[in-house]
Amino acid sequence: MIQVVLPAHLRTLARVDSDVTLEVQGEATQRSVLDALETKYPVLQGAIRDHVTRERRPYIRFFACSEDLSLQSPDAPLPEQVVDGTEPLFIVGAIAGG
Amino acid sequence: MSKVRVLVGTRKGGFLLASDGKREKWDVSGPHFGGWEIYHIKGSPADPNRLYASQCSGWFGQQVQRSDDGGGTWTPVGNKFVYDGIPGTHQWYDGTAHPWEFKRVWHFEPSLTDPDTVYAGVEDAALFRSSDGGLNWQELAGLRGHGSGPRWQPGAGGMCLHTVILDPTDSQRIFIAISAAGAFRTDDGGQTWQPINKGLYSQYIPDPTAEVGHCVHHVAMHPARPGVLFMQKHWDVLRSDNAGESWQEVSGNLPTDFGFVIDVHAHEPETIYVVPIKSDSEHFPPDAKLRVYRSKTGGNEWEPLTKGLPQSNCYVNVLRDAMAVDSLDECGVYFGTTGGQVYVSADAGDSWMPIVRDLPAVLSVEVQTLA
Repeated sequence: MIQVVLPAHLRTLARVDSDVTLEVQGEATQRSVLDALETKYPVLQGAIRDHVTRERRPYIRFFACSEDLSLQSPDAPLPEQVVDGTEPLFIVGAIAGG
Repeated sequence: MSKVRVLVGTRKGGFLLASDGKREKWDVSGPHFGGWEIYHIKGSPADPNRLYASQCSGWFGQQVQRSDDGGGTWTPVGNKFVYDGIPGTHQWYDGTAHPWEFKRVWHFEPSLTDPDTVYAGVEDAALFRSSDGGLNWQELAGLRGHGSGPRWQPGAGGMCLHTVILDPTDSQRIFIAISAAGAFRTDDGGQTWQPINKGLYSQYIPDPTAEVGHCVHHVAMHPARPGVLFMQKHWDVLRSDNAGESWQEVSGNLPTDFGFVIDVHAHEPETIYVVPIKSDSEHFPPDAKLRVYRSKTGGNEWEPLTKGLPQSNCYVNVLRDAMAVDSLDECGVYFGTTGGQVYVSADAGDSWMPIVRDLPAVLSVEVQTLA
């Protein structure tokens, strides 16, 4: 199971009050995790990735294991600790505006 | 006894303000969707409990929220706004071609007869419609297909379609306005559109009388006279007596003819309201006095309304969708400011009182008159 930490506004939108746990079919990548996330919480469609291009929204970042994964290919494998559930994938709203 | 419900969108959430017909004591509910920009909330004329709210964020994009119980509870509905076909380009601020990109919903206009049908005016400018209560959205692409789209350009607030007016006597006729393209009208339910900007004069575009390119800030109509339109443009207040075929300036004795809001008295179709704002660079009230101006002659002759409004050291703005009127016997007039005040006049503008003073910057104000 993969743990995902959402920013507060998206937790509110998805009506969850803690980390999200996802079962991902096949290889765990940014794309497959986000697909699973949006399937479980359809309200998040369009909030993390563009509806049409499926690209990461400009002010969204992906962190895990103290690394910034934002610029990696969405099809690159996620770190092993994320895959085995010992470390979460953080979806973060970029620092901006203050 | 009749009641009113004021729907307020702000930079940091939505608020619902409720009162009885006296409009003296108010209950405040909110923030709804705290921390998000709520550009607009509007109720269905066919079912006052049906509300639509535009919730957006620079980080997380657009959400559409729907309430079926007058704002007690909300449900997120469809947020997929995809331009029809290849979006094409419009002018950027520097005149270069810029691709059309969806940013947010500025305005919802629910159908006059069907609670599940609602129009959305969006940035970058386009008109969408949902006929299933906001679950799915389709662009009325004939507007951008008019052919003038490459000459549209963003105003300071973005290239937004901010005004949608449905003709109560003709279900096929819709008026819209875009900053900065101008006003348009369809007579066939949105399939084809024509610009309705004859008579507008805008010094800030190469041809001041061009077919498109005008920075229209807001348009208002009285439902009993759908052929008469009133416009607050970037500069100039204008009226049209022929459904937008031509416009005449009616700025008259206003202290400045710049401003954003314009609205019409609920029972007197020739009584109109504006809030003059000093421009081009300041965007606050002239002489630091917050004054609503009322004309009972459909323009040209204006009187300042000041009782209850700050008359010194006032530097707020009143944005384009932040004025509304109720339809009680004595017409109520409402407006919100970028300083977070929402004012009400229960006597058609003669006197004012703040309903709330310290909300986040107000983006929009709508009012429902409830039985």
